[in-house]
Amino acid sequence: MSTFLDRRVFIEQGLRLSLATAAAGTLPWAQAQSEERSANKAGEMRSDVLASQHKAGQAFSNYGMPSVYEKRVIRLIGSNRMVSGNGVSWTPLESLEGMVTPTGLHFERHHNGVPDVDPARFELLMHGMVARPLRFDLAGLMRYPMQSRLLFIECGGNSNAGWHEEPMQKPVGSFHGLVSCSEWTGVPLKYLLDEAGIHSKATWAIAEGLDAAATEVSIPVSKLREGALLALYQNGERLRAENGYPLRLVLPGWEGVRQVKWLHRLEFTDQPVMSRNETGEYTQLLPSGKAEQFDFVMGPKSLITSPSHGQTLGFPGVFEVRGLAWSGHGSVAKVEVSADGGQSWSTAHIDGPVLPQCFARFRAAWKWDGKPAVLQSRVKDDHGNIQPTRARLIAQRGRNGYFHYNAIVSWAVDSDGTVRHVYA
Amino acid sequence: MSTLKIGRLVQFTPLFLASLLFSLTSLTAPLAHADSTASTPSPMGKPLHSDSITRLAPNIYPNGQGLPDGMGLAKNGSVLYQAQCASCHGTKGEGATAQALIGGDGPLSAHDADKTILTYWPYATTLFDTIARSMPPAAPGHLSADALFSLCAYLLAENGLWARDQPMGPKELAAIVMPNRNGFVQRFP
Repeated sequence: MSTFLDRRVFIEQGLRLSLATAAAGTLPWAQAQSEERSANKAGEMRSDVLASQHKAGQAFSNYGMPSVYEKRVIRLIGSNRMVSGNGVSWTPLESLEGMVTPTGLHFERHHNGVPDVDPARFELLMHGMVARPLRFDLAGLMRYPMQSRLLFIECGGNSNAGWHEEPMQKPVGSFHGLVSCSEWTGVPLKYLLDEAGIHSKATWAIAEGLDAAATEVSIPVSKLREGALLALYQNGERLRAENGYPLRLVLPGWEGVRQVKWLHRLEFTDQPVMSRNETGEYTQLLPSGKAEQFDFVMGPKSLITSPSHGQTLGFPGVFEVRGLAWSGHGSVAKVEVSADGGQSWSTAHIDGPVLPQCFARFRAAWKWDGKPAVLQSRVKDDHGNIQPTRARLIAQRGRNGYFHYNAIVSWAVDSDGTVRHVYA
Repeated sequence: MSTLKIGRLVQFTPLFLASLLFSLTSLTAPLAHADSTASTPSPMGKPLHSDSITRLAPNIYPNGQGLPDGMGLAKNGSVLYQAQCASCHGTKGEGATAQALIGGDGPLSAHDADKTILTYWPYATTLFDTIARSMPPAAPGHLSADALFSLCAYLLAENGLWARDQPMGPKELAAIVMPNRNGFVQRFP
């Protein structure tokens, strides 16, 4: 029977197992390289491995790019045939490690393309129910005290293939990859609210972007006062164009559509605008026929990124099960993993730091006996919210909710080592 | 060269380290003092004049706030629709590469219910707002108020929610009660 191992055991026993299997000549990578090795005398390293030590290397570069050998680690794009700027690109979660998403691989959701915004002409406008309508240029915004926070951003429509009748067979990033995690640095919006003097009856702000959809959503002023950032920097550098350059609204833990990119306007009002993106879209239809609206927070979610769909385990032995967990409500408190479809659970190790509204990377040592297994993970956050099973989520929310899917993800490992998506 | 020279001149004696520590302390002291007294940042906002605000695309609210003056007819909207919208939304609004705009099967409690303007959208003003700011995607934001009212009149008439021959203006659009007007449960506030 396959089992999860204590992390300390993993390091010791894993090493012993590796040595044992290596001695027996059955270690997967040893097997994979046996063809190359056959040309050499047993135990001898490859003769061409030192070639780079005998010629001058590449010159310096002004801006570093990934290794040429990593060209296949990209965002896959799914966009409208007639409107190429309407669609998404997915973060390839299956190829990434740690808790920070590389900036160039941060997911995208655009409604009509990436606008070209000249920072010299940019202004953020605040008007409506305010004592002083104001405009701020970038030089002015730079003068305010800033804050840096590591935060995930997840599209409200992420993982929506989970509602499908049959489990979708695609890599984890092409299914759940409308979520990414970055360090966002910017100005706490509260400073600007105080300066404009928000009317006490103004409970909403309508945030609008400079994109060709002039995307606009309603945001409670209370959220703008607590934790909202006017982000200017992502992972230490100014925002990328596709992530809102020069200014993005960041609302920790909330659905991505609210975190308006290319933010240029906040109109303060006493009512929501009821835009398309908060009525016809990004609302959750329930089995009763009623729909939930203004459900802002992304619920607790976790998934195993390795092993995951499309990967092959090779020979039985010890593997590290790796994954990501997050919750829009707060911090990850606990991640558990199962290899028997949720009948028994083991606590996974979480790499630090554990931060609110941020990815947590979890790991668990798993000894696979070569028999079919179903791998799962589930997260509990520090507010007591627990990631639901798919059956429970569907029992509560039906099959037509489309948004905010956060059920447990199941990967079946077959006896030949192939990994596929199942509902379990 | 000069860097090297300086490097050679600097000697890390205890006296040097002590003086460095002293100078760092004296440098940071005024900043720490400033931090404790300056609780609010310097205001950097500049006045925004009302004539600038009128140049912005209006946010159209369910009560009609933000709607411009104007008047439209479904028959004009039909012509505009075929020219500007049908290539993506279908000649009968049945949906193609873009969503269906006309029709839709309920009830919403059915697991395969359509979430369309007819079956799902709670406010007619959302239609005007969406078209005004984002349609057509190749050249958004250029339709006149009359053109927008005409398109709304056409789409709402085709959905059986508006009399085909009746002119539509801001008051008429805001007064329309959509079939799913009370279908939403607000999680906030």
